[in-house]
Amino acid sequence: MSSLVQPTTQDTPAAPMQRRAKKKSLRHDNRAGYLFIAPWLIGFFGFTLLPMAASLVLAFTDYRLTAAPHFVGLDNFQTMFLQDPRYWKSVRATFFYVFTAVPLRLIFALGLALLLNNTRRGISAYRAAFYVPSIVGASVAVAIMWRQLFGTEGIVNALLWLFGIPPTSWIGNPNTGIWTLILLAVWQFGSPMLIFLAGLKQIPQELYESASIDGANAWPQFINITIPMLSPVILFNLVLQMISGFLVFTQAFLITEGGPLDTTLFYALYLYQRAFVTFQMGYSSAMAWVLLLIIAVFTALTFKFSSNWVFYEEKRD
Amino acid sequence: MEATVSTPVLKAATFEGMPKKKRDFFNSIVFHVLVGGFCIIMLYPILWLFGSSLKGPAEIWTNVFALIPKEFAWGNYPEGWKGIGGVSYTTFYLNSFMYAGLGTVFAVATSALVAYGFARIRFFGNKFWFTCMILTLMLPSQVQLIPQYIFYNQLGWVNTYLPLLVPRLFGQAFFIFLMMQFIRGIPRELDEAAEIDGCSRIGIFFRIILPLIWPAIITSAIFSFYWTWEDFFQPLIYLNSPKLYTVSLALRASADPNSVTNWGAIFAMSSLSLIPVFLVFIFFQRYLVQGISTTGIKG
Repeated sequence: MSSLVQPTTQDTPAAPMQRRAKKKSLRHDNRAGYLFIAPWLIGFFGFTLLPMAASLVLAFTDYRLTAAPHFVGLDNFQTMFLQDPRYWKSVRATFFYVFTAVPLRLIFALGLALLLNNTRRGISAYRAAFYVPSIVGASVAVAIMWRQLFGTEGIVNALLWLFGIPPTSWIGNPNTGIWTLILLAVWQFGSPMLIFLAGLKQIPQELYESASIDGANAWPQFINITIPMLSPVILFNLVLQMISGFLVFTQAFLITEGGPLDTTLFYALYLYQRAFVTFQMGYSSAMAWVLLLIIAVFTALTFKFSSNWVFYEEKRD
Repeated sequence: MEATVSTPVLKAATFEGMPKKKRDFFNSIVFHVLVGGFCIIMLYPILWLFGSSLKGPAEIWTNVFALIPKEFAWGNYPEGWKGIGGVSYTTFYLNSFMYAGLGTVFAVATSALVAYGFARIRFFGNKFWFTCMILTLMLPSQVQLIPQYIFYNQLGWVNTYLPLLVPRLFGQAFFIFLMMQFIRGIPRELDEAAEIDGCSRIGIFFRIILPLIWPAIITSAIFSFYWTWEDFFQPLIYLNSPKLYTVSLALRASADPNSVTNWGAIFAMSSLSLIPVFLVFIFFQRYLVQGISTTGIKG
């Protein structure tokens, strides 16, 4: 400990130690870490957590933006579940949409991914072309176009006329209105298709080769190799598409405007009407929290049941 | 780069009795007819929109199927450009480019900083905050929307671009995640070498990390541009006066099915609004496909 008088002997071991300490600081540094993530952290508290808490409080009030809020207990939820038939219509329309549009979109995405998973000439052009609807699908321009395609004077009717089928209003008919929106969702299968394609490229080719040697042909190979190996990607796509399906808004707002007879009054659309047309901020906050719960429950259920069909490579041994 | 993988379903196609070369040729023809045909059906509506934007009122509903009009009605474009309520599309495009441009720069720049913090610095709570961030990706924006609106309303921000732009200064979870994936692929030795050479952490970020994650930054910027350019919901809620309208809002306002008389002009403006989207797609397609394939995300 009396090394004060021996500067030379202390110099040599201290230098690497100092460097090690510095190296450690590069890896572990609270101040720098929080400084770099500060923008996100501030945003998380200011634009996510705080509004969420406020929304939860508002859900138990009758706030209408013009007058001060009053605490009303569970009234909003009671009205929603027991006295508001439009609420249940919106739930039904949303569930119908999610459970038809999402599976159909994924089936098309997977089918096309399987078809395009080869090295033929022009594959990348096809891949790009099928992706185009996904990049424009959310736009107002496409909504305007879709409305005209399925309108009374639209191209779909003109096509059916050639086969002698009389024109109808696809958007104005309560039985078909929602299907025009489902078709629009399926039309945008490009982005899950690209994710499937990336997943297919990860499957080791040896698996198919050894299956071929064992005499397994295309269909057993698909069922026993492709589907299990791709199942984590299928799960990923399923969860992602399901969440965005529950939140469907813009195209229904623009194309069918919730009609006809509220058959396309999706949850987010009805919530918007309550919040920004009649300015019932309390009621719409309550609706938003129920929506969050619905999404959370369905995501959790999907993950829970995924253990039955999703195959992870670690389990192979 | 392309992996030479082919899907077995297709391998066992028809033409079994033929010699291999001939069989391959026929397989290939069947493939291109089927896939190419489907491709045309998929893209037909968009081509139809562009075609109809050049049809005159006499042709637009009578010559419905045609993609190329008999007579080109170029007048639809200047007619549509006049806009609504005395405000022309010049204003709407300036607004949209401002919104998409600033919004993208804000979101991408801050996301890069945050991504570096999460991916490279070990600090107390790193994993916890990262999990929180991933969870926000699944959160429906509706649970924050109403208090946010009330708050902006009290600040007097409604009917300005502030509620649309300011939140983007705080990073966006998806872009942070995308860039983190990219940073994780960069060898740590590079950081450490720079550190030994006396480079500060900020220096490491700007000199080592930033130049190497350009592909991820470009991918993020493209997605951000698309989502902002086509954004309809936020402008719908916060912008009321036509002078502030984005192209999306203006299109919606001018395409009211009950009052439209000149559909050619509406189609012209709709087609025009997709041009920036297609230009970005043509020039940056590689980054987009890469971005989706590596992180997997909605479009």
